Amino acid sequence: MKARIALSDGTVHEGQLIGHPGTCGGELCFNTSMTGYQEIFTDPSYFGQLMMMTYPHIGNYGVHSDYDEAARPMVAGVIVRAFSADYSNDQAEGDLGGYLSRHGITGITGVDTRSLVRHIRNKGVMNAVISSEISDPDELVERARRWAPMEGLELATQATRAEAQTIPAEKSMFKVAVIDYGVKLSILKNLSARGCTLRVFPAKTGFDEIAAWKPDGFFLSNGPGDPRAITYTTETVARIMADGRPVFGICLGHQLMALSQGIPVVKMFVGHRGANQPVKNLIHDSVEITTQNHGFGVTEDAVPADKADISHINLNDGTVEGLRFRKANAFSVQYHPEACPGPHDSRYLFDEFIGRMQAHKA
Amino acid sequence: MPRRDDINTILIIGSGPIIIGQACEFDYSGTQACRSLKEEDYRVVLINSNPATIMTDPIMADAIYLKPLTVESIKEICEKENIDAVLPTMGGQTGLNLARELFHQGYWERNGIDIIGVDIAAIDITEDRQQFRDLMDEIGIDQCRSRTAKSLLDAKEITEELGGLPVVIRPSFTMGGMGGGIIWNEDEFERKILRGLELSPVHEVLIEESIFGWKEFELELLRDANDTVVIICSIENMDPCGVHTGDSVTVAPTQTLPDEHFQRLRNAAIKMMRSIGTFAGGCNVQFAVEPETFRIVAIEINPRVSRSSALASKATGYPIAKIASKLAVGYRLDELKNQITGTTSACFEPTLDYVVVKVPRFNFDKFPGCDEELSTQMKAVGEVMAIGRTFPEALNKAWQGMETGHSGLGADGFEEFSRKSVRDRLLKPYWDRSLQIRNAFKLGTSVEEIHDITHVDPWFLQQIRYMVSLENRTEGLNLEDLSREAFLELKQAGFSDKQIAWLLSQSGQHIHENDVRARRLSLGLKPVFRVVDTCGGEFAAETPYYYATYEQENESIVSDRPKVLILGSGPNRIGQGIEFDYSCVHAVLAAKELGYETIMINCNPETVSTDFDVADKLYFEPVFWERVLDIWEHEKPEGVILQVGGQTALKLARRFHEGGYRIFGTPFEMMDLAEDRGKFTEVLTKLEIPFPNFGMATNFEEAKIVAKRVGYPVLIRPSYVLGGQGMRIAIKEDELEEYVGAILKTHPENAFLIDHYLEGAIEVDFDSVYDGEQLHEAGIMQHIEPAGVHSGDSTAVLPPYSLSEEVINVMRDYQLRLAKELQVRGFINVQYAIKGDDVFVLESNPRATRTIPFIAKATGRPDAQIGVKVMLGRKLSEFDLSSKLKHYAIKEPVFPFDKFPEVKKELGPEMKSTGETIYFLEDFNDEHFRKPFEFKNLYLSR
Repeated sequence: MKARIALSDGTVHEGQLIGHPGTCGGELCFNTSMTGYQEIFTDPSYFGQLMMMTYPHIGNYGVHSDYDEAARPMVAGVIVRAFSADYSNDQAEGDLGGYLSRHGITGITGVDTRSLVRHIRNKGVMNAVISSEISDPDELVERARRWAPMEGLELATQATRAEAQTIPAEKSMFKVAVIDYGVKLSILKNLSARGCTLRVFPAKTGFDEIAAWKPDGFFLSNGPGDPRAITYTTETVARIMADGRPVFGICLGHQLMALSQGIPVVKMFVGHRGANQPVKNLIHDSVEITTQNHGFGVTEDAVPADKADISHINLNDGTVEGLRFRKANAFSVQYHPEACPGPHDSRYLFDEFIGRMQAHKA
Repeated sequence: MPRRDDINTILIIGSGPIIIGQACEFDYSGTQACRSLKEEDYRVVLINSNPATIMTDPIMADAIYLKPLTVESIKEICEKENIDAVLPTMGGQTGLNLARELFHQGYWERNGIDIIGVDIAAIDITEDRQQFRDLMDEIGIDQCRSRTAKSLLDAKEITEELGGLPVVIRPSFTMGGMGGGIIWNEDEFERKILRGLELSPVHEVLIEESIFGWKEFELELLRDANDTVVIICSIENMDPCGVHTGDSVTVAPTQTLPDEHFQRLRNAAIKMMRSIGTFAGGCNVQFAVEPETFRIVAIEINPRVSRSSALASKATGYPIAKIASKLAVGYRLDELKNQITGTTSACFEPTLDYVVVKVPRFNFDKFPGCDEELSTQMKAVGEVMAIGRTFPEALNKAWQGMETGHSGLGADGFEEFSRKSVRDRLLKPYWDRSLQIRNAFKLGTSVEEIHDITHVDPWFLQQIRYMVSLENRTEGLNLEDLSREAFLELKQAGFSDKQIAWLLSQSGQHIHENDVRARRLSLGLKPVFRVVDTCGGEFAAETPYYYATYEQENESIVSDRPKVLILGSGPNRIGQGIEFDYSCVHAVLAAKELGYETIMINCNPETVSTDFDVADKLYFEPVFWERVLDIWEHEKPEGVILQVGGQTALKLARRFHEGGYRIFGTPFEMMDLAEDRGKFTEVLTKLEIPFPNFGMATNFEEAKIVAKRVGYPVLIRPSYVLGGQGMRIAIKEDELEEYVGAILKTHPENAFLIDHYLEGAIEVDFDSVYDGEQLHEAGIMQHIEPAGVHSGDSTAVLPPYSLSEEVINVMRDYQLRLAKELQVRGFINVQYAIKGDDVFVLESNPRATRTIPFIAKATGRPDAQIGVKVMLGRKLSEFDLSSKLKHYAIKEPVFPFDKFPEVKKELGPEMKSTGETIYFLEDFNDEHFRKPFEFKNLYLSR
């Protein structure tokens, strides 16, 4: 079945439908990872976004529940160049097409993704609509134009959970309170594997309720949308930062922590999305290859020396990738040390969080 | 940490002559290393005995030694040049072995010379199977179960321990996996073990559990002095374990690994590299993965740049050797820039938004009787790389670049097949496995069935099945009925116009590829050109490195400068190797100097000519008519240079000429005439130049008559071949019958030539450049072996060592007459046979020959560039034509007989050598002259 993708600036491409027939829209962004499509499609940080994969062949090794980062795909839609309807993997539980259909995700294949990537790279991210139903390009473009812009959009409430949940660790050594703005399952797995019993709280949970569980440390998760729009959590984050127990934040969590200290966060022109981003650890004087997925960020000149030290920078564009806060027992990174997909170079950060909790307990 | 200031002069060791397993990729890496270190203001000293390398050109290093690659030569150089550090990782196994020998002698340490880019102790570990194994155990990396045998008895015991046959054997410290392989049954056990023990310099053979049929992967890594490691490229072998990676069809990036398992590979590779010393440089790690369980076992680690790293560089755009050299002198990855984007960091992992397929090129036809089955010992002589947006596109393109007569992966009527032939061919791994898989699908075989036989991962099979489904859909249609959409799908899957023409012709109508092209263009279907940018389009790239594909947006902006198109020589094979890459690079440099924008087309990833900063624009595309013409029509150059790319480029001459496209240099008619024996003889007769008696025939009956007329012994060969393919000498009629049969089988459409063979004659190669007025005598080379041994296989001496001045003057006279008559502008080579005082012309080649680089190195004169500049209109009087050669230079061929133990070592009119070395001698007491002179007749076959 034919499908079309239309961008808000009038660009229209034609291709074939993959997944569920229908119409979907959102901010069009691209990811340069060559492996890990399922992890990307289920990453809650991508909630409400149309995900275009730069690597052409997608679907090659099917799907497996181990690779889910959430209970269902979180992207609004999928754009690929050469979708593999057949797959090869003895351990797979099914094919990607069926998986997308089952979860009602609409996608398009056979699209010149590289030209769209270059288009966005030059013009900046924009909204788009994918449809297998509407064939009139003008109407599609119009819909893309009317789609709510990402800037100012609060999406965490749609990616978080309804109720708090406790995840016991096998050999529990610490209790970590996770504030879920759309947390990736692999983050929880990384914490659990290091002996943390987790209690995962919905995004809107107040500080008192969290503190009542008596955690040893706080974790502020990744998540979708504009961090500046998540005002309901401002007070909670501020009180966590002032608490004194160790705080670790990733991605959106990092941005919220920065905002709480008066460090501004801005929307980036294109953002970083891929598994090959070089990050320099200024403390260890070493480099790690990281997984990234963010459209908002902190810029170097926006970090006052009395509020935080920059611990990590991006080697490609010099943007801030990690902060150590001066007035809180807190550190955060913009990128994804849990990877999934991507290199495992940065998982030491989870160990560092454990170390901080150890030190604080002692 | 920036560059080291405590070292000043660095020695780079080259890899010597081209052999199987060690080809011109080391000229590519060595050249990059030289440039990279000179950029940093180091004094670079180079040793390499291979004259056909760019790295040994005067501009590449501060001092160049064209000397035998021996410890003696290296010691001599170190003493003379005050060497501070040696970089041995650019010269393949040869370079490493030399560095290692000197290390164990304590030479480096004694003389205060640093070894950079590698850790010798690390090499010792990686090349000693048992030590490597122990180390991997220590760091927790899984491996095939194995043990080292020092005797046949040992071997029997170990095999039993591993659960019996099949087992894999790997002799320690041999190159290109020599002597290695799978032992399937008792019959071959003893023979293969004994041979392995013999070939290993330490007489040890590793016996290993068989992982035959597992998935095979390679990662290319870089590490800096700060212990940062990045993965430059991941490669998946389409041929599963059991076939040497150099003989496998390989694909970048990996296609069938979920991220979880890919990261396990990455983690293991990094751990392995960090476990073998602390050197800064490149490294290659190979893994096998069990398909059902994803169990990963490490196969090997190579702590140096390799054939795979050259491929990885071309596949990703990331210049591994260049960066590795900078890391070796102290730079950190995060201090260097990504040279493709010019703005981002070199410390990153390239990402691809296209698929790269490498297909190896074999030359079994040169070695009748050799074992064609692929195994863990490398047999390929070269390779083709192709870039496409999808795997089918890249695979079809690779087959278009193979120079085997194919127009893609089948669908070209090139070969017939039957159910039986396909099945027989698929049972074991052979060079044409992908084609046979296509044939099997054509016969309706299922993915499961083919997978069961070949163990090729189903994903690749599914892709080939898709290609066949497009074929089936197209077959028998009328050209007009092929919709734009279906046409586009075929082109996006890499099908050539010629394949499409063949498919459409299956209905009985005859459709020519030109018709398909015309229709295609009328539908507005033409390729766009995409940048290889290392980053999937995330950042703007400034490097003009392109591939063609059928999509919407073109990224190759055409300038308004005058342009020259230069065609490369395709995959390395016997008779067509690095010498032509050398001339291609010089053609680029020469045309640049004359103010042209240079556009290079080639598909051989091992070459310097496909380095992204050689030509102004690089199109990494098959040297295949349709692809070349597409680029021509996009770029609209002033003309094309065909005379430097060997037969690959030259065979497109007629089509350029017929299409009215300008060919620089000697007119097409004259090039064609020189190739056409009949017409060429008319010219010789007219010029009163003697030639051996000859005749043409198309069958045995005619051949008999001709042979009788010209007189036995006779030389038989198909016309229009290079490297003497299919050439034989027959002394009597029954031999003639046998050889004619063989030729008709391989070249059925060809007429063949029968020459009287001048027994005992001396053969001479005379290379020159003619500008219409003056003849520049580049070099006259006298062969030591008698005429009848192919010129490429002969030991040649420059200048002649035993010819009279009269004979030489006669050749000069003939050469000039021929150059004039053939209206040569640029190169002309003539081969002579001298019997007594009589001089006969054997053939003439109005193009750059294999010997041009040898002459350039011997004389210290840029003859390749002089030739090209003359082609572009310059006069010889503008150049300094003096020679720096003091005494004699000798070209010594190198043969691959050790790779084909079952083949008899014999030389004849068909070329068999893979490479050559240069050696300078002062007199004829030198053993480099004496030895071949004594043995000159020994290996001559009939």
